[in-house]
Amino acid sequence: MEQLYGIFLYGVFLLTMGGIYAVLTLGLNIHWGFTGLFNAGVAGFFAIGAYTTAIVTSAASERHLGGFGLSPAAGMAAAMIASAIIAWGVGRICIRLRADYLAIATLGIAEIFRLVLKNEVWATNGPRGISLIPKPFEQYAEPWNHIGMLLLVIAVVAVLYVLLERARRSPWGRVMAAIRENEAAARAAGKNVERLRIEAFVLGGALMGLGGALMAHHIKFIEPNAAEPISATFLVWVMLVVGGSGNNRGAVFGAILIWTIWSAAEILIARLPPEWAVKSAYLRIFLVGLALQFILQRYPDGIFRERRFRTAPSTPNREQPP
Amino acid sequence: MIEFLNFYLIPGLVLGSIYALGAIGVTLTFGILRFANFAHGETMTLGAFIALSLASFTGWHPFAVLPLAMAFTALAVLGLDRLFFRPLRHGSTIILVIASFGLMLMVRSLVQLIWGAKLQSFGPGIQLPWVLFDALRIFPKHVTIVCSAVVLMLAAHLLLTRTRAGKAMRAMADSPDLARLTGIDTERVILTTWIVGAGLAAAAGVFLAYDTHVESQLGFKLLLPIFAAALLGGIGRPYGAMAGGLVIGLVEELSTYPWIGTDALVPPGYKTGVAFAIMVAILIWRPSGLFRGRVF
Repeated sequence: MEQLYGIFLYGVFLLTMGGIYAVLTLGLNIHWGFTGLFNAGVAGFFAIGAYTTAIVTSAASERHLGGFGLSPAAGMAAAMIASAIIAWGVGRICIRLRADYLAIATLGIAEIFRLVLKNEVWATNGPRGISLIPKPFEQYAEPWNHIGMLLLVIAVVAVLYVLLERARRSPWGRVMAAIRENEAAARAAGKNVERLRIEAFVLGGALMGLGGALMAHHIKFIEPNAAEPISATFLVWVMLVVGGSGNNRGAVFGAILIWTIWSAAEILIARLPPEWAVKSAYLRIFLVGLALQFILQRYPDGIFRERRFRTAPSTPNREQPP
Repeated sequence: MIEFLNFYLIPGLVLGSIYALGAIGVTLTFGILRFANFAHGETMTLGAFIALSLASFTGWHPFAVLPLAMAFTALAVLGLDRLFFRPLRHGSTIILVIASFGLMLMVRSLVQLIWGAKLQSFGPGIQLPWVLFDALRIFPKHVTIVCSAVVLMLAAHLLLTRTRAGKAMRAMADSPDLARLTGIDTERVILTTWIVGAGLAAAAGVFLAYDTHVESQLGFKLLLPIFAAALLGGIGRPYGAMAGGLVIGLVEELSTYPWIGTDALVPPGYKTGVAFAIMVAILIWRPSGLFRGRVF
């Protein structure tokens, strides 16, 4: 019974983390899947969201900025707004860049954020990070506090999924796919490509900020190295590519699948003797990378293929030049 | 004034020549294979660790095993190209960027798996500087690094201008279709590109390790400054990359000099951020770089 309860709690934690990663992956899906924007700085937006909510919700402390006493819900809203504003600024200056250049620029900007979080000790407590971030439902007894957090994450993912599916099918979503597939044609059709791309960048950035905020509340602690490319950006990219970019269901499924594999590997590693355990942690990253390469070469569409829009069958022939 | 030379200008030159070597590889792969190779930083890490193992195995000086380390690194990179880049070469180049991003993490974890994550050293230890004119202090290791870097850059220059392989590389960077039409074997050009880029990257990694220490994060720390150098010089322009590397290295070191008042112009914690900021600025205002490189 004791053991079953342990497994149950483990499952709850697993799904909570998988759900939080699903929020991040849905955000990246707006950038890369819908619009074709190569954002290599997922970790940067994640960190902005996490730090925003940490500062506005945690208790007053001499070590960092804080003591605003807002509720976690207000903190998450603030995190989304802050990430959206930053994404707008970043988008304004580098949205015109071609994919490779955008990847380099966003990685550079994410590194600048990390330097700021590390060096502005008065606000962020520097490398020691911010701890004791309030967690929703933590006043309830175990296991209800953990179940409450899980239900909150599930609700967030469900709402986002429904909204993003509607967005994808809407004229807005179709224009995004058009920009990704053929920018010149979208421009010729009179679409304001820059503006639409910035809209997608801001929306995706806000979701990544929300993911960061959920993570900060869930683990109650945030530090600058959580924004290293390894922990956030890489995993989220693998999740999206494996699940199937352009497909929201794929994004959610990929996040939960990769997170399950990632943490199952952790359990296996914990059972190994200590001198092996450290090494196996590296092996785990290597294997996830290998899985990414395998999917890229063999199943470039991912598990869930993107669902294309169907055009009326009679139109294509009529449009052809004589 | 003398402090400026000792603590800012000379370290800037050393760092700049290391960046320059790394940036040549990035600019060549970007120009010829048409993608930004995020795994290039890890090539440097790999080169430094291979040299470390060779030096401890043979007991020779790190610079004596350098040619061998460059060759082994080039071989490893050719293997990685065969396994991970070649199968994707005929699709969209952006998939290659994702693959290189994944490869970056894979190579780093492999390095940590084999050599561990601890700092290791094969440098000359604590050196006494040569003192010139009673004030100018120059460390012997810095002279060795800069001279070796200049020799390697000259070699790269001769290779690109005097050999058939080099001419084919430049032709392909200018126009792959025209190059193919004139009968250039593009797969061979790609192999030469990887060999030259990986060899120079290994040298850059060894030089930085010789100056400081070997660690698994070495390459990632170099990656963004090197991208910045390649973009500053103009993509596909090896001489631009050399100049860009020197500029980025100098600017990074000189930015902490107290130009105005007595405080450092840029707080030392933000020193690496200077290169990223320059890079973002170039991308926005002058994506062709200083030497009119290509913009894809």
